[in-house]
Amino acid sequence: MTEDCDGEEKDEETRRWSPGQGGSSSRGGGSGTSSSSPLKNRCVRGRVDQPPPFSGQVLENVLENVLQFLACRRDRNAASLVCRSWYRAEARTRLELFIGNCYAVSPARALGRFRCARALVLKGRPRFADFNLVPVGWGARFSPWVAAMAAAYPWLERVCLKRMTVSDADLALLARSFSSFRDLTLICCDGFGTPGLAAVAELCRNLRVLDLIENDVEDEDEEVVDWISRFPETDTCLESLSFECVNCPVNFVALEALVARSPCLRRLRVNQHVSVGQLRCLMVRAPQLTHLGTGSFETVPVADGAAELDVAELESSFVASKSLVCLSGFRMVAPEYLPAIYPVCAGLVSLNLSYAMTTAEQLKPVILRCHNLQTFWVLDTVGDEGLRAAAKTCKHLRELRVFPFEATEDSESAVSDAGLVAISEGCQKLRSILYFCQRMTNAAVVTMSKNCQDLVVFRLCIMGRHRPDHITGEPMDEGFGAIVMNCKKLTRLAVSGLLTDKVFEYIAKYGKLVRTLSVAFAGNSDLSLRYVLEGCHKLQKLEIRDSPFGDAGLLSGIHHYYNMRFLWMNSCKLSLRGCKEVAQRLPRLVVEVFGDQNKELDSDAVEKLYLYRSLVGPRDDVPSFVKIL
Amino acid sequence: MDGGVGYADMDALKATELRLGLPGSDPPEKPLPTTTTTTATTARPTKRSLDEDRAARREPSEGGRATSTRATKAQVVGWPPIRSYRKNSFQAMKATAEAAGLYVKVSMDGAPYLRKIDLEVYAGYKELREALEDMFKCFEGCKGSEYAITYEDKDGDLMLVGDVPWEMFTSSCKKLRIIRGAEAIRGLGSSQ
Repeated sequence: MTEDCDGEEKDEETRRWSPGQGGSSSRGGGSGTSSSSPLKNRCVRGRVDQPPPFSGQVLENVLENVLQFLACRRDRNAASLVCRSWYRAEARTRLELFIGNCYAVSPARALGRFRCARALVLKGRPRFADFNLVPVGWGARFSPWVAAMAAAYPWLERVCLKRMTVSDADLALLARSFSSFRDLTLICCDGFGTPGLAAVAELCRNLRVLDLIENDVEDEDEEVVDWISRFPETDTCLESLSFECVNCPVNFVALEALVARSPCLRRLRVNQHVSVGQLRCLMVRAPQLTHLGTGSFETVPVADGAAELDVAELESSFVASKSLVCLSGFRMVAPEYLPAIYPVCAGLVSLNLSYAMTTAEQLKPVILRCHNLQTFWVLDTVGDEGLRAAAKTCKHLRELRVFPFEATEDSESAVSDAGLVAISEGCQKLRSILYFCQRMTNAAVVTMSKNCQDLVVFRLCIMGRHRPDHITGEPMDEGFGAIVMNCKKLTRLAVSGLLTDKVFEYIAKYGKLVRTLSVAFAGNSDLSLRYVLEGCHKLQKLEIRDSPFGDAGLLSGIHHYYNMRFLWMNSCKLSLRGCKEVAQRLPRLVVEVFGDQNKELDSDAVEKLYLYRSLVGPRDDVPSFVKIL
Repeated sequence: MDGGVGYADMDALKATELRLGLPGSDPPEKPLPTTTTTTATTARPTKRSLDEDRAARREPSEGGRATSTRATKAQVVGWPPIRSYRKNSFQAMKATAEAAGLYVKVSMDGAPYLRKIDLEVYAGYKELREALEDMFKCFEGCKGSEYAITYEDKDGDLMLVGDVPWEMFTSSCKKLRIIRGAEAIRGLGSSQ
């Protein structure tokens, strides 16, 4: 039911087969040697079983050696369904455990099945939590997972968490428990501060990757810890260090020294408290960098009156950084420093200017040099004109994200349908687009659908709610319809603007590969929801807000909810009665309803619904404002 | 639909409106009073409400909730869907930019002490000159005598104020110096 546990049997008592001591340590070489004795120690839960015959034993060992080469988790899920022997072999050879919803399975169960995993990828809160739609304290804590792993996975190497709550204590436990630990990536997490980072820096002696991406790093002012100084004093193995989201200043002297003694460092992304002068020092220490997050990219007033950095000097540092392929940061960019990056533009594969308020005039000289750019994130301050310049040069562009500088419904945005058309004409290899605007037309979206047939991700956000085509006044149905019709590889879609049931009919009819669908302020009736749930057979993640869908629509998906990771609906027309019916008819589904934190759940109307399949039933850390039906 | 005021007039009026903020950005609209009618008249019709009216005419009638949502235009939680991390970054940037100001020292030949001014407060050279005159008029001999306002730029050179566009000046000015008397006359000639 969950992506990684598709082979799990439905009955609770399943046999566990644990390898002998030799099994886990033989992962090092490509062809892991199996344990010497054919009769391994077996640890069987509950009942005593007949051991498999000798020939079966050998087959499993052979199978393990083959399965080691299988990396893709979907392939592994399929392999584990063949028979029990394959199930066991696959379980023993899975190195990376991907859990898309931390509540779909318990730590005990996941760790019990996959005894040899070296890496964990764990996702927690639903995506709409990013937009303050999930109240604080909802859940997704890392604590039970790290506690379980500390016991079960002494050889754990990598952890990647997204939208989880991670405390300083969790990080300290992580740092203490795993001697081979090397990679920590935290994305959109919260609950920790500099003390936790200090523990990781100090205790993870083999740390290669510490990537902190868009986390909410909270520190009381008095408790800020100088975590950068806690790295070991000897040469480190650091390959990647990203701390753009850490809001407090870091000890620059310590940072510079750290960079100087990290010969393997390839990716460095600093926060906005690092001035451009300091950045230059870092670049001089690490000319081998491939990925650079530039921090503020301006001269922060320095108390001791240090001389300001000359643009030519900065440019020479970029000239010396011959390996740079990815640039980001530019948090406070002083426009006069931007030309310093010209020398590296031709080699850039990825450029993130989405925190820089650059105008079209400032962007043009930069973007016109970026012939090899594949990923471009930018603010709408560059306008349609800036996008035209990008379209002219960046023929290999795969991913474009245009963020709004003023993220309100009524703001003036300098990008519109014209920019979209320009991009579609210039960048025909585009695979992924996220585009915020205020004015859009069906014609522009249709044009994109015809020009960019490789689109896999299409996310268009017309910021004014219910806004129609600004030229014809029509709903945006035809535009999005063309996208699902013409872009046959589309797996992710986000719709916006004035939309009727018609667009969902199109999505159901043509969006056969769509796995993720985001809907806001759209549709007329339950028909929309019914179309989608009946027609999109591959749908995994459906998130809906403020749309007039009720119980009838909800119930039309009963046949499909076990195939999905989750369904989120808020501010629709659901009632408790309908949600209860879903919960009753689908016992393996966890149906959570909640309102705002302080409101009583007495009325029949349901403000927020979050349902997901789970192997372990209702979770035990439910806060007071959540009711599980 | 509205009280006879043309949209063009309102746009022109809006263009002359003085307000703080970056060029091209609008102040957030005040939330309109809640009403269930879709053709609600407002005090300041804009292009946006024109779109709204079109939408109201074309769309089939739907549930009351959606209709009233359109008409209220109050800020909605979590919309547009931008991560709070990103929103906060911009707010922080705007806050520091506003708070920090662009303070530079101003010295005048013969004055016993210096002053400090915030260049961001002034719209252009005229306002700056007036403010400086005002600030230093208390020192004797100022009225009537020639003076030149100069500034030290990023490279440490002494430049005459007024040559470059205002924005360029504010971004490169490190300190101001008012030169008086013979030195000023020699340098300037009749230009002032």
